[in-house]
Amino acid sequence: MDSLRVEAAVTLGAFDLDVELDVQAGRCLALAGPSGAGKSTLLRVAAGLLRPGSGRVSCGEAVWLDTAAGVDVAPERRGCGYVFQDYALFEHLRVWQNVGYALPRRERRAAAAPLLERFGLTHLSDARPRTLSGGERQRVALARALARRPSVLLLDEPLSALDARTRANATRELAALLREAEVPCVLVTHDFTEAAVLGDEVAVIDGGRLVQRGTPADLAATPRSAFVADFTGAVVLRGTAQSRSDGLTLVDLDGGGQVASTDAGEGAVAASVFPWEIAVEPAGAAHPGSARNRIAAEVVSVTRVGGRVRLGLLAGQPLAAEVSEAAVRDLALAPGVRVAATWKATATRLIAG
Amino acid sequence: MSAFRLWIGAALAVALAFLTLPVLAIFLNTSPGRLLDSLDDPAARDALLLSLKTTTLALAIILAVGTPAAYLLATRRFRGRSLVLTLVELPLVLPPAVAGIALLAAVGPQGIFGDALAEAHVELALQRAGVVVALVFVAAPFYLRQAVAAFAAVEPTLLQASRTLGASEAATLARVVVPTALPGLAAGTALAWGRALGEFGATLMFAGSFRGITQTAPLAIYDDFTDDFSGALALSAVLVCVSAALLISVKLAGGERGLAAR
Repeated sequence: MDSLRVEAAVTLGAFDLDVELDVQAGRCLALAGPSGAGKSTLLRVAAGLLRPGSGRVSCGEAVWLDTAAGVDVAPERRGCGYVFQDYALFEHLRVWQNVGYALPRRERRAAAAPLLERFGLTHLSDARPRTLSGGERQRVALARALARRPSVLLLDEPLSALDARTRANATRELAALLREAEVPCVLVTHDFTEAAVLGDEVAVIDGGRLVQRGTPADLAATPRSAFVADFTGAVVLRGTAQSRSDGLTLVDLDGGGQVASTDAGEGAVAASVFPWEIAVEPAGAAHPGSARNRIAAEVVSVTRVGGRVRLGLLAGQPLAAEVSEAAVRDLALAPGVRVAATWKATATRLIAG
Repeated sequence: MSAFRLWIGAALAVALAFLTLPVLAIFLNTSPGRLLDSLDDPAARDALLLSLKTTTLALAIILAVGTPAAYLLATRRFRGRSLVLTLVELPLVLPPAVAGIALLAAVGPQGIFGDALAEAHVELALQRAGVVVALVFVAAPFYLRQAVAAFAAVEPTLLQASRTLGASEAATLARVVVPTALPGLAAGTALAWGRALGEFGATLMFAGSFRGITQTAPLAIYDDFTDDFSGALALSAVLVCVSAALLISVKLAGGERGLAAR
């Protein structure tokens, strides 16, 4: 399988975008950033829906766009599976006709059937899109994009049109789909937690520039700018949840350790906590206080961002804490120092995933 | 009841009476049996048949050329686009007599393309083909205007989705754009058809009023009304029914669109 490479310089009025990125087959890159940062523009360039002033797009050996060489392959010949933010379903067609749109007419019905089955849409195959719920519409859009076995999968905020309840399920399903995908995937989101849950890597884009790229944990632990520090928001820890009768949910973290949350949850979850909710104490300190969660960790990085200090911690899974300059001095925090990271159960959010 | 309410209520009553009474009078003036008898008149039947043939042909030409042209105008931004839009809508506001003179000046025997057409053995003026030319000229803008609006209202992401799913732009037009814009296109077709059916001035000036050749139903009504008033009434009644059917179909198509948007 081939990797996707996009270089684009676009000027649209006062907005200018200049970004280069590549994604390997089987990997998912989450493009995160505020609205208007240029994330969707990059997807459109990759799919051939927007021609940049200058740029190059290639997938493996195939060159889809090379403005210098005058190459511009039409969108229908690029083989990009594209999921639009509003799903862009064809309202005049039935569900199975939407899913089979990219398939040759004769085999459309037969070839659409396994996809409908896989996305739990079989009972809706004769329905019109306007009668579907948000989650069902999203599944139709995904099935439709995958029907032609695309060589690249591009998803533009595939979860933003869903209500909170539906989103939890849809996130889990999408995460599973992206894990199985054998092609390069690019996912646009303005939500860092979503990016961390769905992306193998996250590229933060702001004002038309790639600000930082790395694993979600890297970005949270060593943000290169105050913008990235604020944007990364919550740290995400994966684990398996089990509800207890006293209302607390215990999460056994992948890689060791256990945290408690006041959120309900069962099975595979992502536990998220904001770095500024996490306090750092000397390892082996006497009493954990009112903080429910206490995890032994090793400091791996100390990054000053504005007036704050971001600590990269390793505790089975990567973790980040935000502390004051005074705490760094008092605890002599430096890479290699062993500490205990503590935070309250009430500060721990659980996301199904 | 306030004076204001009384005033707007009275205004509507006057408008309604003024606009519907003349149409009602067509049906009240003669008995239905008498109306049907008048339709047996071969002249009336010829005129109706000619109207049907010429308007159908004109509509076919308008749809075939107007649909792709409207798609271009709706989906592309280019220098001079507003000017082009204004120019193709101009016949909409042109007085029919001016349209007739304009056609004569362009493609009439003495017109600027008269010699070229004569060499190609194409005769339009005072011919049945001339009726079709006049109908297309006056009715096309009604369809074009509506079709541009209908195409422009199709979500661009639908077109883009179709392209990423492997359909060329032409296939996308056929599989997504036209079906999605269909209510608007149907409304435009009905409006253009209504305008073509009622066409009088330009046809009379450019094609004349020869029974069986260029005398369409409106021209026959004009021809009849001095000596066979009830015959003219009968033809008028038929045109009223056809026009009303077209108007209702426009309303229904509009309602359908409203439903689709919901």
